[in-house]
Amino acid sequence: MEKGDKEGDTNLSEVGATRLLHLPSISLKGDTLFLALTIAAATSIIVIMALLIIKIYEGAAPVFNRFGFSFLTSLEWNPVEGMEAYGALPYLLGTLTTSAIALIVGVPISLGVAIFLAEIAPSSIRAPLSYVIELLAAVPSVIYGLWGVFVFRFWVRDLIEVPLSTYLGFIPIFSGTPYGLSVLTGGLILAIMIIPTVSAVCREVLLAVPSTQREAAYSLGATRWEAIRIGVLSYARAGIVGAIILGLGRAVGETMAVTMVIGNAVGPAALPTSLLKAGQTMASLIANEFNEADPVSLHPSALIGVGFILLISALIINVAAQLLIYRVRAKGVVE
Amino acid sequence: MWSETNYKIRKFKERLILALTVVAVILAIIPLLSILIEVVIRGLPAISIEFLTSPPGIIGQPGGGIANAIQGTFILIGLSSLIGVPIGVLAGIYLAEFGNNPLGRVVRFLSDVLMQMPSIVIGIFVYVLVVLALGRFSPIAGAIALSIIMLPIVIKTTEESVRLVPNLLREGALALGLRRWRVILSIVVPAAKSGVVTGVMLAISRIAGETAPLIMTVLGSQWFFTSLFEPIDALPLRIWRLALLPYEYAHQQGWGAALVLIAIVLTLNVVAKTLTKISFGRRVKI
Repeated sequence: MEKGDKEGDTNLSEVGATRLLHLPSISLKGDTLFLALTIAAATSIIVIMALLIIKIYEGAAPVFNRFGFSFLTSLEWNPVEGMEAYGALPYLLGTLTTSAIALIVGVPISLGVAIFLAEIAPSSIRAPLSYVIELLAAVPSVIYGLWGVFVFRFWVRDLIEVPLSTYLGFIPIFSGTPYGLSVLTGGLILAIMIIPTVSAVCREVLLAVPSTQREAAYSLGATRWEAIRIGVLSYARAGIVGAIILGLGRAVGETMAVTMVIGNAVGPAALPTSLLKAGQTMASLIANEFNEADPVSLHPSALIGVGFILLISALIINVAAQLLIYRVRAKGVVE
Repeated sequence: MWSETNYKIRKFKERLILALTVVAVILAIIPLLSILIEVVIRGLPAISIEFLTSPPGIIGQPGGGIANAIQGTFILIGLSSLIGVPIGVLAGIYLAEFGNNPLGRVVRFLSDVLMQMPSIVIGIFVYVLVVLALGRFSPIAGAIALSIIMLPIVIKTTEESVRLVPNLLREGALALGLRRWRVILSIVVPAAKSGVVTGVMLAISRIAGETAPLIMTVLGSQWFFTSLFEPIDALPLRIWRLALLPYEYAHQQGWGAALVLIAIVLTLNVVAKTLTKISFGRRVKI
């Protein structure tokens, strides 16, 4: 509703209706009460976001105070009493590596899916196909993990890791014994998991590109692909970047599936020096160790500290993605 | 430049790219098909009356089931809906009816950011906020975490469906002398009901499969529910623990539990999306 006629309504009902119909004045309170109630509910989102940052920082404070900046740069991770040392660097790098693999593999596939659904597919299969792809997003993460451990892991080992280590094993990033529980498997399962998010937003962005863009390209003699590339993709660039960042956000925070296939290395061994090695991401470290952490040690606080880094990364990524998508929407490209 | 060969190259490029997009679609669908097939083939043999009605047996020995996990999942869904649905619907109403102001824009933006927040971060938040305060893992903590995950989804679908109610309805009701709150509660919300209901179903299908936030809030348990302040089990947690056990029977039980979970989640999801399609003429994007 427009602001203008909202005020109009209030005036009308306050002045006109109460006097004419002699409605009890309690109903005025009803309006105020209801508005207050909805405002309280809406404000809860702001409270949650604020508390989220404050509380997680509070939980992490002991370890931040004790280790300071070296919490970000140290490789050691030792919860044994008396020898406690915590550094989050290997897991930060692990998250970066798996997310990079997810984007490198997942984004081209998502773009292909989006282009196929928005530009190429006959209208009869468009709706059912996008429906099926969206189902991928509905499958719980832990079931991806189960499938990852007992099925996908062996595909990765036999089809990718064994050939890589046989023929390219002399290159450090492909060294190591192929087990299928590795940084690579973690990244690839993330690639699968970001496809529905990225392709859905991309498709939405592509569908919103005005058809004059395509017609102009065709009238210059472009082939279908050239029309898509010149007329559609370059026009929709900002929205596509937003979709990719959204995918990155999902990859960074995804927990269970990665936890189950990445091999769970700890300390300096968790540095992602080779794609075929066991690794660890920030989220998988927290999921793995949280229940084993001794509450009187610094261990829980260290895990919460890793969670704080994760929170800040997710916050930056998601705010950037939302701002980009908002800007595209404001321009009228989406919806 | 514009020779015959050049044209052939361009035409070839076109065909190649079009073929690649089809390959991309096939690559995207393979995992879904494989997951569904494996869950059914490996999960079905595990399903039995005993499996569905008894709690886990002794670790390392075949037998026992996932009844307490199913129970826990439904308790968590119920409790988190109790918290998340009223707040989410009211906030959604605010955004749709009164939200054209700075507060509305801030809430909408933060709600979108919260929707993308990793669920494990929300788990840690509730651990510090509730578990540490109460000194124990509990379904209450789990429900608070899951309701925070529900909230942005319910808000978004409520706002969208309330916005779709034609202004004529509001104006007609106001012209009859009804108060704003009466108009909203008795006219607008009932008209938007199906959209709100599907939003809630989508939110439930999302939280039913959440695992990470449960690790640090409800912990998991071998027993049935006893109190709101004792750890309970949930299907996703049980799947995770079973998959980590080094026993063949446990893996089979894991697949059985996955079959039950995926049946719950996908049924809710598909029904909700079909309903939105009927009520909106299009599907709501989450």
